Amino acid sequence: MDERNNNVENDVLVDEQVNENVEKADLHREGIVEDNTPVENTPAKPKKKKAIARKDMTLAQWTWHEMKRNKVAYLMILPFMLVFLLFTVFPVGLSLVLSFTNFNMLSFSWDMFVGIDNYLRLFFEDDIFLLACKNTLVFAMITGPVSYILSFLVAWFINELPPRVRAVVTLIFYAPSISGAVYTIWGVLFSNDSYGWVNGTLMDLGFIDSPILWFYDENYAMPLCIVVALWMSLGTAFLSFIAGLQTIDKSLFEAAAVDGIKNRWQELWYITLPMMKPQLMFGAVMAITSSFGFGGVVTALCGFPSVNYSCHTIMHCLDDYGSQRWEVGYASAIAFVLFLIMIGANTLVNKMLSKVGQ
Amino acid sequence: MQKMRVRNHQVVLNRSVGGDAGIFTFLIIMGAFMFLPMIYVWLQAFKPLDELWMFPPKFYVVRPTTKNFADLFTLLSDSWVPFSRYIFNTVLITAAGTFGNLVLSSLAAYAVSKIPFPGRKGVFWIIQRSLMFTSTVTAIANFLTLSKLGLMDNPLAIIIPAWGSTMGLYLMKQFMDSSISDAVLESARLDGCSEFRTFWTIAMPMVKPAWLTLIIYSFQGLWNTGASAYIYSEQWKTLNYAITQITAGGIARAGASAAGSVIMMIVPILVFVVSQSNIIETMASSGMKD
Repeated sequence: MDERNNNVENDVLVDEQVNENVEKADLHREGIVEDNTPVENTPAKPKKKKAIARKDMTLAQWTWHEMKRNKVAYLMILPFMLVFLLFTVFPVGLSLVLSFTNFNMLSFSWDMFVGIDNYLRLFFEDDIFLLACKNTLVFAMITGPVSYILSFLVAWFINELPPRVRAVVTLIFYAPSISGAVYTIWGVLFSNDSYGWVNGTLMDLGFIDSPILWFYDENYAMPLCIVVALWMSLGTAFLSFIAGLQTIDKSLFEAAAVDGIKNRWQELWYITLPMMKPQLMFGAVMAITSSFGFGGVVTALCGFPSVNYSCHTIMHCLDDYGSQRWEVGYASAIAFVLFLIMIGANTLVNKMLSKVGQ
Repeated sequence: MQKMRVRNHQVVLNRSVGGDAGIFTFLIIMGAFMFLPMIYVWLQAFKPLDELWMFPPKFYVVRPTTKNFADLFTLLSDSWVPFSRYIFNTVLITAAGTFGNLVLSSLAAYAVSKIPFPGRKGVFWIIQRSLMFTSTVTAIANFLTLSKLGLMDNPLAIIIPAWGSTMGLYLMKQFMDSSISDAVLESARLDGCSEFRTFWTIAMPMVKPAWLTLIIYSFQGLWNTGASAYIYSEQWKTLNYAITQITAGGIARAGASAAGSVIMMIVPILVFVVSQSNIIETMASSGMKD
């Protein structure tokens, strides 16, 4: 598109200096303006009376012109951005600042900026935080990928069922994650007395003599929490996969069958997955936020803190310092470490997703 | 070239019998894993107290009773705020929050996805990053903002922040990127359609599955709103909060607690079922347009 742009405008432009300016601006523009700028920006016929050529303007002028042309877009994002800036950007910015202080809500002490002391304390003094990091990583590295793949596979498998059947099956798989605090049923099933269904049945059958403490036992707590997490994991990502699969143009599959795609796996790799990339990216974000941010369920099932910190995750550290000890400065530092870990994970996943279908 | 199977003038895609059987088995096993605990919640809700504390415990219910539900409602009506008030609060928060989130984030997602305004990359970049931030530590700043705005102890303190949920925007943007072609929008604009009309009459119907997903996502989150740090008067507390208070009452309330779980889950499931049938309808009709 740019080439055509040049050809058209070179006829119009004579002035050397303007040309130079433009080249500079073009270099800048590479990084700033969208590469898929619509055709209408470029005057198709230079003889038309109000044709505004990109080359006649400096970068600032160009940007201003584009802003005026698309001013309705700013109107459209304005309401959302107001709420977003007020309730997300401002709090995050504030807590970034606070993470370099020793701000404490209880004493309301604001001594001074302590630099990176909070971060040093996290990594060199706080044993529980390091343990929590380990637990979080173990937890996220199991539940994240498994739940992600599970969501996709189930969505893909049920996509070919007849609509009515698909609706019922979707409900069965999706119900656990939509039903709020229903996961507490696992606490009832795996209750630590003999009235719990699992203990009771095992004792009745003679496998064990005394009830197992399940969620209050170091050996079982973490694996059980992972099971519960997986049970709840077919959530919004799953739903968006189903919706995404249904928006794929069916004729693509027929064309592929004609072109010699042999089985469903080839079809998956060469058509379905590439067509689903936006949904796959959304699903990855959901999987990452839910597997790293999985704290409330653990607290409800294992108590806080869990036995010997066996299920203590970064979220629990955050709750501990953020809303129990009110050491807000330190809690903010924890939040930022978690934030960076999650961004890293997301970048990694997006790198992997870009390989899909090749 | 291999031989094509054709049925009703349509190409039948390559599907091996073995693969179908394997997938079927997988779905049945996974389905049982998903479904049994859910069924257990329902069964618990209909068990009389002596069956709840029986040894050996039974999975199924022998003498079903609705006493647990009756207990729950008696307990709820004992509180000094009428029970209907909790329901009203929750419905208000859920409806207003979901609706606002849908409108605001669809509009913004459309602009970010389909209008090349300067700065849109930056806007999207910051939104994408913010998805990864946990909300625990933002509570303090929000507390300050809400009290400055005079919204403390007001349901708006929950509703307005819900409007800015970035997950909804991200979802809508991803769907608009993939399923709305720029050519369609371009021809609408050339025909003199204003940007808002293009958005409403052309773009939105094309991403119906996305906004139904967004509604479900937002709905279930808000429906389960519990105790909030920003609301302290009893008359603005939510249903989830009220039920949690009751079920925290100990062993004797195990039945009422199970009944409460069932009541809390019915509404989101109903919303999901209604939306889901709509999703399927859309798919059927958009298929015919081709």
